[in-house]
Amino acid sequence: MTTETLFSIPASAGQKMVRIEFEGETFQVPEGISVAAALLSNGRGAFRTSIVGGAPRAPYCMMGICFECLVEIDGIPARQGCMTPVRNGMIIRRQPGAPSLKALASGGRNEH
Amino acid sequence: MNTETTDLIVIGSGPAGMAAAAEARALGMSVCVLDEQRVIGGQIYRRIEDTPEALRMILGKDYAAGSALADEFRRSGADYRPGATVWNLSGDGVVDYVADGGSRTISATNVLIATGAMERPFPIPGWTLPGVMGAGAAQIMLKGADARPSGPVVLAGCGPLLYLLAWQYLRAGVQLAGLVDTTPFSAYVAALGKIQGAVRGRKDLIKGLGLVSQVRLARVPVYSGAKSLEILGRDMAEGIRFQHKGKSREIAAGLVLLHQGVVPNTQLSWSLRARHGWDAGQLCWTPVTDEVGRLGQTAVYVAGDSRGIVGAIASGVQGRLAALAMHERSGGKVPPGRRAVLERQLARHVSLRPFLDRLYRPLDEHRIPADDVIVCRCEEVTAGDLRSYVDLGCLGPNQAKSFGRCGMGPCQGRLCGLTVTEVIAAARKAAPEEVGYYRIRPPIKPIHLGSFS
Ligand SMILES: Cc1cc2nc3c(=O)[nH]c(=O)nc-3n(C[C@H](O)[C@H](O)[C@H](O)COP(=O)(O)OP(=O)(O)OC[C@H]3O[C@@H](n4cnc5c(N)ncnc54)[C@H](O)[C@@H]3O)c2cc1C
Ligand code: FES
Repeated sequence: MTTETLFSIPASAGQKMVRIEFEGETFQVPEGISVAAALLSNGRGAFRTSIVGGAPRAPYCMMGICFECLVEIDGIPARQGCMTPVRNGMIIRRQPGAPSLKALASGGRNEH
Repeated sequence: MNTETTDLIVIGSGPAGMAAAAEARALGMSVCVLDEQRVIGGQIYRRIEDTPEALRMILGKDYAAGSALADEFRRSGADYRPGATVWNLSGDGVVDYVADGGSRTISATNVLIATGAMERPFPIPGWTLPGVMGAGAAQIMLKGADARPSGPVVLAGCGPLLYLLAWQYLRAGVQLAGLVDTTPFSAYVAALGKIQGAVRGRKDLIKGLGLVSQVRLARVPVYSGAKSLEILGRDMAEGIRFQHKGKSREIAAGLVLLHQGVVPNTQLSWSLRARHGWDAGQLCWTPVTDEVGRLGQTAVYVAGDSRGIVGAIASGVQGRLAALAMHERSGGKVPPGRRAVLERQLARHVSLRPFLDRLYRPLDEHRIPADDVIVCRCEEVTAGDLRSYVDLGCLGPNQAKSFGRCGMGPCQGRLCGLTVTEVIAAARKAAPEEVGYYRIRPPIKPIHLGSFS
């Protein structure tokens, strides 16, 4: 997994920051931004692995369409990182491929 | 338990939804507005109520213009509910949504779908690699989080939003490693045939061309008429390769932002089993409505980009026209002359569309890709897989599901649907209408179990 930072957020005076944890690492990020934006601007390129081939994947659309940003947030699997604002103390984990997406399918009644 | 009721439910608080809500309130209707985002504004006016001044300068005048509509919406007294994701809708006006981890139901005499657009899929080799995103997605990073690319970045594809982002990045001081423009010279010639409309919308046209020339002036390498785009890299994007003037070129970049236009977000109208038609000019599905946006004989109307791409201003006007129609359908009276004023505005603002649609028509090879390209990102189904299903008798997207789970992942086919239709249509030598689209069933968004407790 890469540690190259794809995006950066210029520090601005008076910006309130919150603390989030991703895979055991702690980051200070601006309040109100999305989980996906927070991780992309902290060098966390790959969010999850694909279901079939186990390939690294990362957010593509940032607006709730592609589901590439799925992460586990505070113990709940398969949340859309781009649609979830960061909260102080949030614990985020990488979403591995198949098993948890199955959980999403049943929990979300997402089967066709 | 009694279901909450109101005169009008608006789904989406972009320009179409905000304008519809404000207009309906002015007519005396009670209005509830649901949006899955936490802030109003939709895509174009994302975060409009709380943009830092420096960012507002970067985003430009068209963005800042959203403040007036946002104010009108706030003053209208519409009951706005942020963070409300609609997952089910019925033709007689019952809406289910999740908010704060709970599922709720509300019903109305009229419902307006104003769910906007999404970026068109851009299936090329390597487009699933981390480091490849939509240009619109990167713009969401800029608007929503003030986040800018930190290393070399390439913008590739075509369409107004691509050039707008290039221009906004320049204003933000972001260095572009290149702008790879897939608009072929022949498209300019073909688009001239649509110039009638463009003359009426010439102010917009001049504004658009101005963006591109400013990008050129900033000494960003612009590769016009590029084709055969391909992302380089194994586990991460490392650059882009393309054909330009008969030569193969490569640009190294850890971030490649792709864009080839936007298409309607039709998930909700499909889930109603409403009829949709293939728009041959915009190369996408649009819901079949009457002239004010009503879906058949239902209580549901559609306005803005989710009805067919018209842009932000026209989206707002469509929202207002739908509000008038819904008010009248409920027995209300509309002020004389109001409709005619709005219809004139709409005509003016859509006049440029046929020209833009033709000019920025995405290349066939970037919509109907080669065999080894992944089409369904969720289940990793390639264009070649789809073609082999067709050889085995697969006639359309729904059958492709049973052949190889295509479209059955968490995105419910949102990001592959158009490509699947077009790949199968081309392989069968059939029209997209004959091939059809996925059958979309609610819930159209995953609901976590906690939502029902
Ligand atoms: C990423 C992106 C960026 C864009 N940026 C620009 C720009 O800078 N300038 C420009 O001129 N045009 C831009 N556009 C084009 C844009 O589509 C239109 O100009 C305009 O925003 C359309 O207005 P609308 O009201 O129809 O939809 P939108 O503005 O897209 O608003 C739709 C709203 O519906 C909400 N929604 C969708 N589904 C649901 C659901 N199931 N439940 C609840 N809420 C839902 C969304 O959260 C969104 O807020 C952009 C498009 C995209 C996709
Ligand atoms: S990045 Fe596409 S759904 Fe979150």
